[in-house]
Amino acid sequence: MATKRRAGAALALLMTSALVVAGCNSGGDDEASPQSELYKNPVTLTWWHNANQDGPGKTYWEKVAKDFSTAHPTVKIEIEAIETNQLQRTRIPAALLSNDPPDIFMTWGGGELRDQVEADYLKDITDQVKTEVANIGSAAEIWQVDGKQYGLPFRMGIEGIWYNKDMFAQAGITAPPATFEELNAAVTKLKAINVIPIAVGAGDKWPAAHWWYNFALRDCSVDTLKKATTDKVFDDPCFVKAGQDLKAFIDTKPFQNNFIATPGQNDPTSANGLLANGKAAMELMGDWNRGTLDTVATDKAKLAKFLGWFPVPAISGSAGDPKAALGGGDGFACAKNAPAECVEFLKYIASPEVQKGYAETGTGLPVAKGAEAGIKDPALKSILEATSQASYVQLWLDTAYGSTIGTAMNDGIVGIFSGKGTPEQVVERMKAAASK
Amino acid sequence: MTSTDQTRFPAGGVSTPPAGHRPAGRPSSRRAETRRKWYEIVGLTTPAIVVYVMFVLVPMGFAVYYSLYRWRGVGPPTDYVGLRNYTLAFQDPIFLDALRNNAIIVFGSLLIQGPVALGIALLLNRRFRGRAVFRLLVFVPYVLAEVTVGIMWKLILVENGTFDALLKSLGLGGLVQAWLADLDVVIWTLLFVLTWKYVGFAIILLLAGLSNVPHELTEAAAIDGASWWQTQRHVTLPLLGPTIRIWAFLSMIGSLQVFDVIWVTSVPAVRSLGASGTMATYMVDNGFFARLWGYGNAVAVILFVISFVAALLFQRFILRRDIEGAITRRAN
Repeated sequence: MATKRRAGAALALLMTSALVVAGCNSGGDDEASPQSELYKNPVTLTWWHNANQDGPGKTYWEKVAKDFSTAHPTVKIEIEAIETNQLQRTRIPAALLSNDPPDIFMTWGGGELRDQVEADYLKDITDQVKTEVANIGSAAEIWQVDGKQYGLPFRMGIEGIWYNKDMFAQAGITAPPATFEELNAAVTKLKAINVIPIAVGAGDKWPAAHWWYNFALRDCSVDTLKKATTDKVFDDPCFVKAGQDLKAFIDTKPFQNNFIATPGQNDPTSANGLLANGKAAMELMGDWNRGTLDTVATDKAKLAKFLGWFPVPAISGSAGDPKAALGGGDGFACAKNAPAECVEFLKYIASPEVQKGYAETGTGLPVAKGAEAGIKDPALKSILEATSQASYVQLWLDTAYGSTIGTAMNDGIVGIFSGKGTPEQVVERMKAAASK
Repeated sequence: MTSTDQTRFPAGGVSTPPAGHRPAGRPSSRRAETRRKWYEIVGLTTPAIVVYVMFVLVPMGFAVYYSLYRWRGVGPPTDYVGLRNYTLAFQDPIFLDALRNNAIIVFGSLLIQGPVALGIALLLNRRFRGRAVFRLLVFVPYVLAEVTVGIMWKLILVENGTFDALLKSLGLGGLVQAWLADLDVVIWTLLFVLTWKYVGFAIILLLAGLSNVPHELTEAAAIDGASWWQTQRHVTLPLLGPTIRIWAFLSMIGSLQVFDVIWVTSVPAVRSLGASGTMATYMVDNGFFARLWGYGNAVAVILFVISFVAALLFQRFILRRDIEGAITRRAN
């Protein structure tokens, strides 16, 4: 019996040491190979993206990875699809910190990208992607830090108001509102036919915050916005004005009841669901909305028939540029120590051919010139047109300012929506967060 | 080891072979025995200790370390700020709201779950047809995953959802609230969901406690003419004391650290307004979402200290009797 016990003890010790050894033995197999060695040695690229829901987006990325491996048999691509927030807020930061990041992963650009570059996490790809950047145009700047390119977008678009054409016709609204006065008039008419004029997913914070961003875009001059992004100083009174305008707009009661708990997307009770299923007439949202509306619609064919899009209306007599628009995109970047093949794959994703296929999935607008032909949906076509006509595209303010100021700003804006906060508090919170 | 084992090997140690098999009293063999005992202790406890140190103590040390830095999770922490993150937390009204919400959940759970669970446990302890089925049903919510429960109640409680329809069909339409959207109501809604989820656990614990109450005592009480109520009040309840105290302890610690159900059931906007967030959700909202990693760690440390102090006080003043009993028995 004693022998058996000792054997047990020895086994336990053995297991412990195995555990310790396993814990200490981390990667180190992702050595960068020089350019000349490209496609000589077998490499495995790990790829983290956010198309985790079953649908055309997810399937398309699988196809892209497979096609690339077929063209370059030495490259194996392992995909991990993770829900956006989890991916951006926890998984990627933690993986970067632990020095074991995926080779190619999603990035929104802006403030986050700058932090990652300053921590030396990302590969400088400026010299390798000149052709792609030229083809993408100014949108590629969001993935630049101090003139150097660290990532390439695959999706980019401006936001606007998605609306139900049938309801507009029924309410007697002849043309999409071009000014906020017209929008207010449309809201009144829509109330008269007993539909929710505008759905807002304030529960998720950012869909509500985007209304404030648009008021800021209309109230602040382009120079002020550009300066705020670089200096993180928000002393200009236009930021308070944005909150006052928003408050006045909320007071006209254009949104559904209890919007403070309505989620933005992904389920039938969300703001997306309200528009997609004929309960609400409008929703302010980015270009990806075409795909997300589809996932919550009970009748996709009906949705395709009534769905329209128009740019955010202008405010007459305001300081802002009426042709400026808010927008943003999704891009991919390569980790500092990723194999050289990673950059090749990045270039492949940004190529017109792959971009055209992406456009055909309808999950967002492509960035590469030559991919426009892939866009079939009329609403997406109108976004593309408006994007090309925009005089200035301001990156989503929370992305541009980084998560810390961005979260404080969004929390403050939600305060206005709840009726508990004031326009001044939004700016105070942003300033406090800048020093946190 | 059972008591019969102990009588058979009066020398005591777990690994001691029967007395006749070794030359007794020689110091070297006693030393060998001691050594063997130590091997055994080290061998058997090392895995647990290593896991505990690696996954509990070391991360705790790191949390304290990170909490002293202004650190946004990019690169190593370099900007030492001392206790600034702690003062910032206690100056943030939303964190104070989270503390208040935690307090509501702690006391609400004890005051609601306790009596409800006791009542149901006493009922389920009586013999009646279908008792097994009832016991099973009562325990089902506890077995369900937190996220499942959260999503389920979110769908039930949504505006004009199942719950509102139920109230209206019962003629109680006037009671309908914006359960998850009204900032003054939402914490009570969440308390209800938590109670629904965890009351089954209290019931099972109490049922286990009840099965340890000797039948002879209740029988004796009955012979003395005590009614069922009197028996429960004067015989069962006092004997159930240790079980109730342990449950209260677990419930309190669980309520302080509650995260999943709140996170899933209540949307970010309502949490950020302080209406429904707890310390744990505040930690994740600020640590990961606002990318204030140093600050998030400070909140984690505050949560730990509060839970730890609460646990110590509870053990010192309420659990002491139970623990002492256990120790005394073993010493004899």
